[in-house]
Amino acid sequence: MSLLRAEGLSKEFGGVRAIDALDFEIQPGAVFSIIGPNGAGKTTLLNILTGIYRPSAGRLWLDDRLLAARAPHEFAAAGIGRTFQNLQIFFNMSALENVMAGRHLHERCTLAAALLRAPRLVRAERACRSRAAELLAFVGLDAYERSAADALPYGALKRLEIARALAAEPRLLLLDEPAAGLNPSEIREIDGLIQRISGLGITVVLVEHNMKLVMGVSQRVLVLDYGRKLAEGNTETVRNNPRVIEAYLGAGEH
Amino acid sequence: MLALIAGVALLPLALANNYHYEIAILVGLNAIVCVGLNLLIGYAGQISLGHAGFFGIGAYGSAILTARYGWPPLAALVAASAAAAALAFAVGRPILRLRGHYLAMATLGLGIIISIVVATEDRYTGGPDGMSVPPLALAGFTLAGERAWYWLVGALLVATVWLSLNLIESPVGRALRALHGSEVAAEVSGIDSARHKLLAFALSAAIAALAGALTAHYAGFITPGKVTFLHSIELVVMVVFGGMASTFGAVVGAAVLTALPQLLTVFKEYEMVVFGSVMMLTMIFMPRGLVPTIAALAARRRKAP
Repeated sequence: MSLLRAEGLSKEFGGVRAIDALDFEIQPGAVFSIIGPNGAGKTTLLNILTGIYRPSAGRLWLDDRLLAARAPHEFAAAGIGRTFQNLQIFFNMSALENVMAGRHLHERCTLAAALLRAPRLVRAERACRSRAAELLAFVGLDAYERSAADALPYGALKRLEIARALAAEPRLLLLDEPAAGLNPSEIREIDGLIQRISGLGITVVLVEHNMKLVMGVSQRVLVLDYGRKLAEGNTETVRNNPRVIEAYLGAGEH
Repeated sequence: MLALIAGVALLPLALANNYHYEIAILVGLNAIVCVGLNLLIGYAGQISLGHAGFFGIGAYGSAILTARYGWPPLAALVAASAAAAALAFAVGRPILRLRGHYLAMATLGLGIIISIVVATEDRYTGGPDGMSVPPLALAGFTLAGERAWYWLVGALLVATVWLSLNLIESPVGRALRALHGSEVAAEVSGIDSARHKLLAFALSAAIAALAGALTAHYAGFITPGKVTFLHSIELVVMVVFGGMASTFGAVVGAAVLTALPQLLTVFKEYEMVVFGSVMMLTMIFMPRGLVPTIAALAARRRKAP
Protein backbone atom coordinates (compact mmCIF):
# COMPACT_ATOMS: atom_id res chain seq x y z
CA MET A 1 0.00 0.00 0.00
CA SER A 2 1.32 3.42 -0.89
CA LEU A 3 0.83 6.57 1.14
CA LEU A 4 0.50 8.81 -1.90
CA ARG A 5 0.03 7.81 -5.50
CA ALA A 6 -0.14 10.09 -8.52
CA GLU A 7 -1.53 8.96 -11.84
CA GLY A 8 -1.23 10.89 -15.10
CA LEU A 9 -0.60 14.13 -13.26
CA SER A 10 -0.31 17.14 -15.60
CA LYS A 11 -0.25 20.88 -15.18
CA GLU A 12 -0.29 23.36 -18.04
CA PHE A 13 0.39 27.06 -17.85
CA GLY A 14 -0.85 28.66 -21.07
CA GLY A 15 0.32 25.84 -23.28
CA VAL A 16 3.52 25.10 -21.37
CA ARG A 17 3.45 21.71 -19.70
CA ALA A 18 5.13 22.20 -16.35
CA ILE A 19 4.15 18.70 -15.29
CA ASP A 20 3.53 16.15 -18.00
CA ALA A 21 1.64 12.89 -17.39
CA LEU A 22 3.53 11.99 -14.25
CA ASP A 23 3.05 8.71 -12.36
CA PHE A 24 4.72 7.91 -9.07
CA GLU A 25 4.12 6.29 -5.70
CA ILE A 26 5.41 7.27 -2.30
CA GLN A 27 5.73 4.48 0.26
CA PRO A 28 5.02 5.30 3.91
CA GLY A 29 8.03 5.91 6.11
CA ALA A 30 10.44 6.70 3.30
CA VAL A 31 12.41 9.81 2.48
CA PHE A 32 11.41 10.40 -1.12
CA SER A 33 13.47 12.99 -2.98
CA ILE A 34 12.54 14.86 -6.11
CA ILE A 35 15.44 16.30 -8.07
CA GLY A 36 15.89 17.89 -11.45
CA PRO A 37 17.34 20.98 -13.10
CA ASN A 38 15.80 24.40 -12.50
CA GLY A 39 12.42 24.62 -14.19
CA ALA A 40 11.95 20.85 -14.17
CA GLY A 41 8.62 21.26 -12.40
CA LYS A 42 9.58 20.29 -8.85
CA THR A 43 7.91 23.19 -7.06
CA THR A 44 4.91 22.97 -9.42
CA LEU A 45 4.55 19.35 -8.33
CA LEU A 46 4.66 20.31 -4.64
CA ASN A 47 2.05 22.99 -5.32
CA ILE A 48 -0.22 20.36 -6.85
CA LEU A 49 0.36 17.99 -3.92
CA THR A 50 -0.73 20.72 -1.47
CA GLY A 51 -3.71 22.01 -3.43
CA ILE A 52 -2.20 25.37 -4.32
CA TYR A 53 -2.47 24.43 -8.01
CA ARG A 54 -5.22 22.29 -9.40
CA PRO A 55 -3.82 19.76 -11.88
CA SER A 56 -4.94 20.08 -15.50
CA ALA A 57 -5.28 16.30 -15.57
CA GLY A 58 -4.57 13.30 -13.41
CA ARG A 59 -5.51 12.01 -10.01
CA LEU A 60 -4.06 11.67 -6.54
CA TRP A 61 -4.64 8.85 -4.10
CA LEU A 62 -3.90 9.04 -0.41
CA ASP A 63 -3.92 5.62 1.33
CA ASP A 64 -5.34 4.18 -1.90
CA ARG A 65 -8.34 6.47 -1.59
CA LEU A 66 -8.97 9.17 -4.16
CA LEU A 67 -7.98 12.48 -2.60
CA ALA A 68 -11.12 14.62 -2.61
CA ALA A 69 -9.50 17.72 -1.12
CA ARG A 70 -9.93 20.94 -3.10
CA ALA A 71 -8.57 23.91 -1.16
CA PRO A 72 -5.05 23.84 0.32
CA HIS A 73 -6.42 23.74 3.87
CA GLU A 74 -8.25 20.54 2.99
CA PHE A 75 -4.99 18.99 1.80
CA ALA A 76 -3.50 20.01 5.14
CA ALA A 77 -6.42 18.39 6.96
CA ALA A 78 -5.82 15.21 4.95
CA GLY A 79 -2.35 15.09 6.52
CA ILE A 80 -0.09 16.78 3.97
CA GLY A 81 2.21 19.52 5.30
CA ARG A 82 4.91 21.54 3.60
CA THR A 83 7.57 24.21 3.78
CA PHE A 84 8.38 26.78 1.11
CA GLN A 85 11.47 27.42 -0.96
CA ASN A 86 11.00 31.19 -0.68
CA LEU A 87 10.13 31.55 2.99
CA GLN A 88 6.49 32.03 3.94
CA ILE A 89 6.85 32.99 7.59
CA PHE A 90 4.18 34.86 9.54
CA PHE A 91 6.48 37.82 10.15
CA ASN A 92 3.78 39.63 12.12
CA MET A 93 4.00 37.03 14.89
CA SER A 94 6.57 35.61 17.30
CA ALA A 95 8.54 32.45 16.50
CA LEU A 96 6.46 30.52 19.03
CA GLU A 97 3.18 31.86 17.64
CA ASN A 98 4.21 30.76 14.14
CA VAL A 99 4.39 27.20 15.42
CA MET A 100 1.19 27.61 17.45
CA ALA A 101 -0.59 28.72 14.28
CA GLY A 102 0.63 25.48 12.73
CA ARG A 103 -1.44 23.59 15.31
CA HIS A 104 -4.65 25.13 13.97
CA LEU A 105 -6.05 21.78 12.76
CA HIS A 106 -5.83 20.33 16.26
CA GLU A 107 -7.60 23.14 18.04
CA ARG A 108 -11.32 23.27 18.48
CA CYS A 109 -12.39 26.79 19.19
CA THR A 110 -15.73 28.45 18.60
CA LEU A 111 -16.00 32.19 18.09
CA ALA A 112 -17.90 32.54 21.39
CA ALA A 113 -15.23 30.64 23.32
CA ALA A 114 -12.53 32.78 21.69
CA LEU A 115 -14.28 36.05 22.53
CA LEU A 116 -15.07 35.10 26.12
CA ARG A 117 -11.78 33.34 26.83
CA ALA A 118 -13.52 30.16 28.00
CA PRO A 119 -11.64 28.22 30.73
CA ARG A 120 -11.44 25.18 28.47
CA LEU A 121 -9.77 27.33 25.83
CA VAL A 122 -7.27 28.71 28.34
CA ARG A 123 -6.18 25.16 29.18
CA ALA A 124 -6.00 24.22 25.50
CA GLU A 125 -3.89 27.30 24.79
CA ARG A 126 -1.44 26.35 27.51
CA ALA A 127 -1.10 22.85 26.00
CA CYS A 128 -0.70 24.35 22.53
CA ARG A 129 2.00 26.70 23.76
CA SER A 130 4.03 23.96 25.43
CA ARG A 131 3.68 21.68 22.38
CA ALA A 132 4.91 24.52 20.15
CA ALA A 133 7.86 25.11 22.50
CA GLU A 134 8.73 21.39 22.27
CA LEU A 135 8.72 21.59 18.50
CA LEU A 136 10.97 24.66 18.53
CA ALA A 137 13.37 22.67 20.69
CA PHE A 138 13.06 19.70 18.31
CA VAL A 139 14.29 21.79 15.36
CA GLY A 140 16.93 23.43 17.57
CA LEU A 141 15.34 26.85 17.97
CA ASP A 142 14.62 26.85 21.71
CA ALA A 143 16.77 29.96 22.07
CA TYR A 144 14.30 31.91 19.91
CA GLU A 145 11.13 30.97 21.80
CA ARG A 146 10.42 34.56 22.78
CA SER A 147 11.75 36.25 19.65
CA ALA A 148 9.71 37.99 17.01
CA ALA A 149 9.86 35.96 13.80
CA ASP A 150 11.46 38.83 11.88
CA ALA A 151 14.38 38.84 14.32
CA LEU A 152 15.48 35.31 13.33
CA PRO A 153 18.40 34.69 10.95
CA TYR A 154 17.73 33.03 7.60
CA GLY A 155 18.90 29.56 8.61
CA ALA A 156 16.67 29.61 11.69
CA LEU A 157 13.64 30.67 9.61
CA LYS A 158 14.11 27.58 7.43
CA ARG A 159 13.84 25.43 10.54
CA LEU A 160 10.97 27.52 11.91
CA GLU A 161 8.98 26.58 8.80
CA ILE A 162 9.72 22.91 9.47
CA ALA A 163 8.57 23.26 13.09
CA ARG A 164 5.36 24.97 11.95
CA ALA A 165 4.66 22.21 9.43
CA LEU A 166 5.35 19.53 12.06
CA ALA A 167 2.90 21.23 14.44
CA ALA A 168 0.04 20.12 12.20
CA GLU A 169 1.18 16.51 12.76
CA PRO A 170 1.30 15.67 9.05
CA ARG A 171 1.76 12.13 7.76
CA LEU A 172 3.45 13.44 4.66
CA LEU A 173 5.84 16.38 4.94
CA LEU A 174 7.00 18.13 1.78
CA LEU A 175 10.23 20.10 2.15
CA ASP A 176 10.94 22.51 -0.70
CA GLU A 177 14.70 23.14 -0.82
CA PRO A 178 15.30 23.20 2.95
CA ALA A 179 19.08 23.56 2.44
CA ALA A 180 19.02 26.33 -0.15
CA GLY A 181 21.13 29.28 0.97
CA LEU A 182 22.52 27.51 4.05
CA ASN A 183 26.19 27.03 4.95
CA PRO A 184 27.72 23.53 5.26
CA SER A 185 27.25 23.25 9.02
CA GLU A 186 23.61 24.38 8.76
CA ILE A 187 23.09 21.82 5.99
CA ARG A 188 24.43 19.09 8.28
CA GLU A 189 21.86 20.17 10.88
CA ILE A 190 19.06 19.98 8.30
CA ASP A 191 20.33 16.53 7.30
CA GLY A 192 20.12 15.35 10.91
CA LEU A 193 16.71 16.99 11.31
CA ILE A 194 15.28 15.22 8.26
CA GLN A 195 16.48 11.90 9.66
CA ARG A 196 14.91 12.62 13.03
CA ILE A 197 11.62 13.58 11.34
CA SER A 198 11.73 10.37 9.36
CA GLY A 199 12.44 8.55 12.63
CA LEU A 200 9.11 9.86 13.98
CA GLY A 201 7.38 7.88 11.24
CA ILE A 202 6.60 10.89 9.09
CA THR A 203 7.06 10.33 5.38
CA VAL A 204 9.27 13.05 3.94
CA VAL A 205 9.26 14.35 0.37
CA LEU A 206 12.43 16.33 -0.25
CA VAL A 207 12.93 18.71 -3.15
CA GLU A 208 16.58 19.72 -3.09
CA HIS A 209 19.52 20.74 -5.26
CA ASN A 210 22.20 19.69 -2.79
CA MET A 211 23.13 16.23 -4.07
CA LYS A 212 25.15 15.28 -1.02
CA LEU A 213 22.11 15.84 1.18
CA VAL A 214 19.75 14.06 -1.23
CA MET A 215 21.98 11.02 -1.71
CA GLY A 216 22.60 10.77 2.03
CA VAL A 217 19.03 10.79 3.36
CA SER A 218 16.81 9.44 0.57
CA GLN A 219 15.52 5.93 0.15
CA ARG A 220 14.05 6.75 -3.22
CA VAL A 221 14.70 9.47 -5.78
CA LEU A 222 12.51 10.78 -8.59
CA VAL A 223 14.29 12.73 -11.30
CA LEU A 224 12.24 15.26 -13.24
CA ASP A 225 13.15 16.98 -16.47
CA TYR A 226 10.75 19.27 -18.33
CA GLY A 227 7.92 18.00 -16.18
CA ARG A 228 8.50 14.39 -17.15
CA LYS A 229 9.94 11.50 -15.20
CA LEU A 230 13.54 10.99 -16.28
CA ALA A 231 14.34 8.26 -13.80
CA GLU A 232 13.19 6.80 -10.51
CA GLY A 233 14.76 4.40 -8.08
CA ASN A 234 17.09 4.18 -5.13
CA THR A 235 20.05 6.55 -4.88
CA GLU A 236 22.44 4.03 -6.45
CA THR A 237 20.39 3.43 -9.61
CA VAL A 238 19.68 7.11 -10.09
CA ARG A 239 23.29 8.08 -9.59
CA ASN A 240 24.41 5.61 -12.26
CA ASN A 241 21.61 6.30 -14.74
CA PRO A 242 23.26 7.70 -17.90
CA ARG A 243 20.28 9.89 -18.76
CA VAL A 244 20.38 11.48 -15.32
CA ILE A 245 24.12 12.08 -15.58
CA GLU A 246 23.63 13.68 -18.96
CA ALA A 247 20.59 15.85 -18.14
CA TYR A 248 21.41 16.89 -14.64
CA LEU A 249 24.47 15.71 -12.82
CA GLY A 250 26.67 16.21 -15.86
CA ALA A 251 25.39 19.73 -16.37
CA GLY A 252 28.07 21.05 -14.03
CA GLU A 253 26.11 20.71 -10.79
CA HIS A 254 28.38 18.22 -9.08
CA MET B 1 -6.46 46.88 29.75
CA LEU B 2 -6.27 48.27 33.28
CA ALA B 3 -5.06 51.56 31.83
CA LEU B 4 -8.15 51.71 29.64
CA ILE B 5 -10.50 50.97 32.55
CA ALA B 6 -8.74 53.58 34.67
CA GLY B 7 -8.89 56.04 31.78
CA VAL B 8 -12.62 55.55 31.32
CA ALA B 9 -13.23 55.73 35.07
CA LEU B 10 -11.11 58.83 35.69
CA LEU B 11 -11.88 60.81 32.55
CA PRO B 12 -15.06 62.41 34.00
CA LEU B 13 -12.80 64.33 36.42
CA ALA B 14 -11.49 66.23 33.42
CA LEU B 15 -14.87 66.68 31.76
CA ALA B 16 -16.18 70.09 32.83
CA ASN B 17 -19.44 70.34 30.93
CA ASN B 18 -21.94 68.51 28.74
CA TYR B 19 -20.05 69.47 25.61
CA HIS B 20 -16.96 67.69 26.92
CA TYR B 21 -19.09 64.68 27.77
CA GLU B 22 -20.56 64.70 24.29
CA ILE B 23 -17.11 64.56 22.72
CA ALA B 24 -16.05 61.77 25.08
CA ILE B 25 -19.15 59.77 24.10
CA LEU B 26 -18.46 60.28 20.39
CA VAL B 27 -14.85 59.21 20.96
CA GLY B 28 -16.08 56.08 22.70
CA LEU B 29 -18.55 55.20 19.94
CA ASN B 30 -15.94 55.73 17.23
CA ALA B 31 -13.43 53.73 19.25
CA ILE B 32 -15.85 50.80 19.40
CA VAL B 33 -16.16 50.85 15.59
CA CYS B 34 -12.37 51.11 15.20
CA VAL B 35 -11.59 48.23 17.57
CA GLY B 36 -13.87 46.06 15.42
CA LEU B 37 -12.52 47.41 12.15
CA ASN B 38 -8.98 46.83 13.38
CA LEU B 39 -9.72 43.10 13.64
CA LEU B 40 -10.35 43.17 9.90
CA ILE B 41 -7.74 45.69 8.72
CA GLY B 42 -5.00 45.44 11.31
CA TYR B 43 -5.11 41.74 12.18
CA ALA B 44 -6.63 39.92 9.21
CA GLY B 45 -5.03 42.40 6.79
CA GLN B 46 -8.18 43.00 4.72
CA ILE B 47 -9.19 46.53 3.80
CA SER B 48 -12.75 47.83 3.98
CA LEU B 49 -13.73 51.23 2.65
CA GLY B 50 -17.40 50.55 3.31
CA HIS B 51 -17.77 50.30 7.05
CA ALA B 52 -19.76 53.52 7.31
CA GLY B 53 -22.37 51.51 5.41
CA PHE B 54 -22.60 48.97 8.23
CA PHE B 55 -22.57 51.83 10.74
CA GLY B 56 -25.50 53.26 8.76
CA ILE B 57 -27.40 49.98 8.71
CA GLY B 58 -27.14 49.90 12.49
CA ALA B 59 -28.16 53.54 12.88
CA TYR B 60 -31.01 53.57 10.37
CA GLY B 61 -32.08 49.99 11.09
CA SER B 62 -32.52 50.70 14.76
CA ALA B 63 -34.05 54.13 14.06
CA ILE B 64 -36.63 52.80 11.58
CA LEU B 65 -37.60 49.81 13.72
CA THR B 66 -38.18 51.97 16.80
CA ALA B 67 -39.62 55.12 15.19
CA ARG B 68 -41.74 53.56 12.44
CA TYR B 69 -42.59 50.12 13.80
CA GLY B 70 -42.57 50.75 17.53
CA TRP B 71 -39.98 48.11 18.37
CA PRO B 72 -38.35 48.33 21.79
CA PRO B 73 -34.97 50.06 21.22
CA LEU B 74 -32.87 47.22 22.62
CA ALA B 75 -34.48 44.65 20.30
CA ALA B 76 -34.13 47.03 17.36
CA LEU B 77 -30.47 47.57 18.16
CA VAL B 78 -29.75 43.83 18.26
CA ALA B 79 -31.76 43.19 15.11
CA ALA B 80 -29.98 45.96 13.19
CA SER B 81 -26.56 44.63 14.22
CA ALA B 82 -27.56 41.12 13.22
CA ALA B 83 -28.79 42.44 9.86
CA ALA B 84 -25.44 44.16 9.25
CA ALA B 85 -23.58 40.95 10.10
CA ALA B 86 -25.88 38.96 7.79
CA LEU B 87 -25.32 41.40 4.94
CA ALA B 88 -21.56 41.34 5.53
CA PHE B 89 -21.68 37.56 5.49
CA ALA B 90 -23.62 37.41 2.23
CA VAL B 91 -21.60 40.09 0.43
CA GLY B 92 -18.30 39.08 1.98
CA ARG B 93 -18.35 35.61 0.48
CA PRO B 94 -17.71 36.82 -3.08
CA ILE B 95 -15.82 40.06 -2.44
CA LEU B 96 -13.33 38.79 0.15
CA ARG B 97 -11.81 36.67 -2.60
CA LEU B 98 -10.49 39.94 -3.97
CA ARG B 99 -7.25 41.39 -2.73
CA GLY B 100 -5.68 44.79 -2.20
CA HIS B 101 -7.01 47.53 -4.46
CA TYR B 102 -9.79 45.31 -5.80
CA LEU B 103 -11.13 44.55 -2.34
CA ALA B 104 -10.93 48.28 -1.55
CA MET B 105 -12.98 49.05 -4.66
CA ALA B 106 -15.60 46.38 -3.87
CA THR B 107 -16.10 47.49 -0.27
CA LEU B 108 -16.16 51.11 -1.43
CA GLY B 109 -18.96 50.20 -3.84
CA LEU B 110 -20.88 48.42 -1.08
CA GLY B 111 -20.63 51.48 1.16
CA ILE B 112 -21.77 53.80 -1.63
CA ILE B 113 -24.78 51.60 -2.43
CA ILE B 114 -25.89 51.64 1.20
CA SER B 115 -25.43 55.39 1.40
CA ILE B 116 -27.50 55.93 -1.79
CA VAL B 117 -30.28 53.69 -0.47
CA VAL B 118 -30.34 55.66 2.78
CA ALA B 119 -30.46 58.99 0.95
CA THR B 120 -33.19 58.03 -1.54
CA GLU B 121 -35.57 55.77 0.42
CA ASP B 122 -37.02 58.84 2.11
CA ARG B 123 -40.27 57.13 3.02
CA TYR B 124 -38.34 55.17 5.61
CA THR B 125 -35.20 57.16 6.24
CA GLY B 126 -36.39 60.73 5.80
CA GLY B 127 -33.93 61.12 2.93
CA PRO B 128 -31.30 63.86 3.10
CA ASP B 129 -33.22 65.62 5.88
CA GLY B 130 -32.59 62.74 8.24
CA MET B 131 -34.99 61.37 10.81
CA SER B 132 -35.43 61.62 14.55
CA VAL B 133 -34.77 58.58 16.69
CA PRO B 134 -36.44 57.65 19.99
CA PRO B 135 -34.14 57.51 23.03
CA LEU B 136 -32.75 54.25 24.34
CA ALA B 137 -35.11 52.75 26.89
CA LEU B 138 -35.48 49.47 28.69
CA ALA B 139 -38.52 48.40 30.68
CA GLY B 140 -39.83 51.93 31.08
CA PHE B 141 -36.46 53.36 32.13
CA THR B 142 -35.12 55.86 29.61
CA LEU B 143 -31.43 56.45 29.25
CA ALA B 144 -31.01 60.20 29.21
CA GLY B 145 -28.34 62.69 30.04
CA GLU B 146 -24.72 62.89 29.02
CA ARG B 147 -23.42 61.23 32.17
CA ALA B 148 -25.55 58.10 31.88
CA TRP B 149 -24.56 57.76 28.24
CA TYR B 150 -20.92 58.26 29.11
CA TRP B 151 -20.96 55.28 31.47
CA LEU B 152 -22.86 53.09 29.04
CA VAL B 153 -20.48 53.82 26.14
CA GLY B 154 -17.44 53.57 28.42
CA ALA B 155 -18.55 50.15 29.67
CA LEU B 156 -19.25 48.96 26.12
CA LEU B 157 -15.85 50.19 24.95
CA VAL B 158 -14.10 48.31 27.75
CA ALA B 159 -16.13 45.21 26.88
CA THR B 160 -15.33 45.50 23.17
CA VAL B 161 -11.61 45.89 23.86
CA TRP B 162 -11.69 42.92 26.24
CA LEU B 163 -13.47 40.71 23.67
CA SER B 164 -11.11 41.86 20.93
CA LEU B 165 -7.99 41.13 23.00
CA ASN B 166 -9.38 37.69 23.86
CA LEU B 167 -10.07 36.95 20.22
CA ILE B 168 -6.59 37.99 19.08
CA GLU B 169 -4.93 35.70 21.61
CA SER B 170 -7.10 32.73 20.64
CA PRO B 171 -6.66 30.17 17.84
CA VAL B 172 -9.13 32.23 15.78
CA GLY B 173 -7.07 35.39 16.24
CA ARG B 174 -3.88 33.53 15.42
CA ALA B 175 -5.51 32.28 12.22
CA LEU B 176 -6.42 35.88 11.29
CA ARG B 177 -2.90 37.13 11.94
CA ALA B 178 -1.45 34.14 10.08
CA LEU B 179 -3.43 34.76 6.91
CA HIS B 180 -2.30 38.38 7.09
CA GLY B 181 1.33 37.26 7.38
CA SER B 182 1.14 34.72 4.56
CA GLU B 183 -2.14 33.49 3.17
CA VAL B 184 -0.59 30.52 1.38
CA ALA B 185 1.30 29.40 4.49
CA ALA B 186 -1.88 29.78 6.56
CA GLU B 187 -3.78 27.61 4.09
CA VAL B 188 -1.19 24.81 4.06
CA SER B 189 -1.25 24.93 7.86
CA GLY B 190 -4.91 23.99 7.63
CA ILE B 191 -6.42 27.44 8.13
CA ASP B 192 -9.55 28.06 6.07
CA SER B 193 -8.62 31.60 5.06
CA ALA B 194 -11.91 32.41 3.31
CA ARG B 195 -13.91 31.43 6.39
CA HIS B 196 -11.72 33.44 8.75
CA LYS B 197 -11.77 36.56 6.57
CA LEU B 198 -15.56 36.32 6.43
CA LEU B 199 -15.71 35.94 10.18
CA ALA B 200 -13.62 39.08 10.75
CA PHE B 201 -15.65 40.98 8.16
CA ALA B 202 -19.03 40.03 9.66
CA LEU B 203 -17.86 40.60 13.23
CA SER B 204 -16.47 44.06 12.44
CA ALA B 205 -19.70 44.89 10.56
CA ALA B 206 -21.83 43.88 13.55
CA ILE B 207 -19.72 46.00 15.90
CA ALA B 208 -19.91 48.99 13.53
CA ALA B 209 -23.70 48.56 13.33
CA LEU B 210 -24.00 48.37 17.10
CA ALA B 211 -22.07 51.62 17.48
CA GLY B 212 -24.17 53.12 14.69
CA ALA B 213 -27.41 52.22 16.46
CA LEU B 214 -26.13 53.66 19.74
CA THR B 215 -25.04 56.84 17.97
CA ALA B 216 -28.52 57.24 16.50
CA HIS B 217 -30.28 56.73 19.84
CA TYR B 218 -27.83 58.98 21.64
CA ALA B 219 -28.06 61.86 19.18
CA GLY B 220 -31.82 61.44 18.79
CA PHE B 221 -31.40 62.34 15.15
CA ILE B 222 -29.64 60.75 12.23
CA THR B 223 -28.69 62.08 8.80
CA PRO B 224 -27.10 60.33 5.79
CA GLY B 225 -23.86 62.23 6.52
CA LYS B 226 -22.75 59.43 8.87
CA VAL B 227 -23.20 56.81 6.15
CA THR B 228 -21.06 58.44 3.48
CA PHE B 229 -17.86 57.30 1.87
CA LEU B 230 -16.09 60.07 3.76
CA HIS B 231 -17.04 58.55 7.09
CA SER B 232 -15.72 55.15 5.93
CA ILE B 233 -12.41 56.80 5.13
CA GLU B 234 -12.38 58.53 8.53
CA LEU B 235 -12.80 55.18 10.25
CA VAL B 236 -9.94 53.60 8.29
CA VAL B 237 -7.75 56.63 9.00
CA MET B 238 -8.43 56.29 12.73
CA VAL B 239 -7.27 52.66 12.65
CA VAL B 240 -4.15 53.40 10.57
CA PHE B 241 -3.29 56.53 12.55
CA GLY B 242 -3.58 54.78 15.93
CA GLY B 243 -1.65 51.78 14.69
CA MET B 244 -2.72 48.74 12.73
CA ALA B 245 -2.83 45.44 14.63
CA SER B 246 -2.99 47.32 17.93
CA THR B 247 -6.31 47.27 19.77
CA PHE B 248 -5.31 50.21 21.96
CA GLY B 249 -4.01 51.95 18.86
CA ALA B 250 -7.54 51.84 17.45
CA VAL B 251 -8.86 53.44 20.65
CA VAL B 252 -6.18 56.14 20.62
CA GLY B 253 -6.66 56.76 16.89
CA ALA B 254 -10.39 57.22 17.37
CA ALA B 255 -9.80 59.50 20.37
CA VAL B 256 -7.26 61.73 18.63
CA LEU B 257 -9.12 62.01 15.33
CA THR B 258 -12.47 62.66 16.99
CA ALA B 259 -11.18 65.19 19.48
CA LEU B 260 -8.55 66.90 17.34
CA PRO B 261 -10.98 68.69 14.99
CA GLN B 262 -12.69 70.13 18.09
CA LEU B 263 -9.38 71.49 19.37
CA LEU B 264 -8.37 72.75 15.95
CA THR B 265 -11.40 75.02 15.65
CA VAL B 266 -9.10 77.78 16.92
CA PHE B 267 -7.48 77.71 13.47
CA LYS B 268 -10.84 78.69 11.95
CA GLU B 269 -10.83 78.18 8.18
CA TYR B 270 -7.35 76.64 8.27
CA GLU B 271 -8.64 73.85 10.50
CA MET B 272 -8.60 71.15 7.82
CA VAL B 273 -5.16 72.26 6.57
CA VAL B 274 -3.69 71.82 10.04
CA PHE B 275 -5.58 68.55 10.48
CA GLY B 276 -4.21 67.21 7.20
CA SER B 277 -0.69 68.30 8.10
CA VAL B 278 -0.87 66.48 11.44
CA MET B 279 -1.97 63.35 9.60
CA MET B 280 0.80 63.57 7.01
CA LEU B 281 3.54 64.22 9.55
CA THR B 282 2.36 61.35 11.72
CA MET B 283 2.40 58.92 8.81
CA ILE B 284 5.83 60.13 7.62
CA PHE B 285 7.48 59.88 11.02
CA MET B 286 5.38 57.06 12.51
CA PRO B 287 4.39 54.86 9.59
CA ARG B 288 3.37 52.05 11.93
CA GLY B 289 0.91 54.31 13.70
CA LEU B 290 0.91 56.12 17.01
CA VAL B 291 0.68 53.36 19.61
CA PRO B 292 3.07 50.74 18.08
CA THR B 293 5.71 53.44 17.47
CA ILE B 294 5.51 54.75 21.02
CA ALA B 295 5.46 51.21 22.43
CA ALA B 296 8.61 50.31 20.46
CA LEU B 297 10.28 53.50 21.62
CA ALA B 298 9.42 52.76 25.26
CA ALA B 299 10.74 49.20 24.92
CA ARG B 300 14.04 50.50 23.53
CA ARG B 301 14.33 53.03 26.37
CA ARG B 302 13.81 50.30 28.91
CA LYS B 303 16.54 48.18 27.33
CA ALA B 304 19.05 51.00 26.86
CA PRO B 305 20.23 51.78 30.44
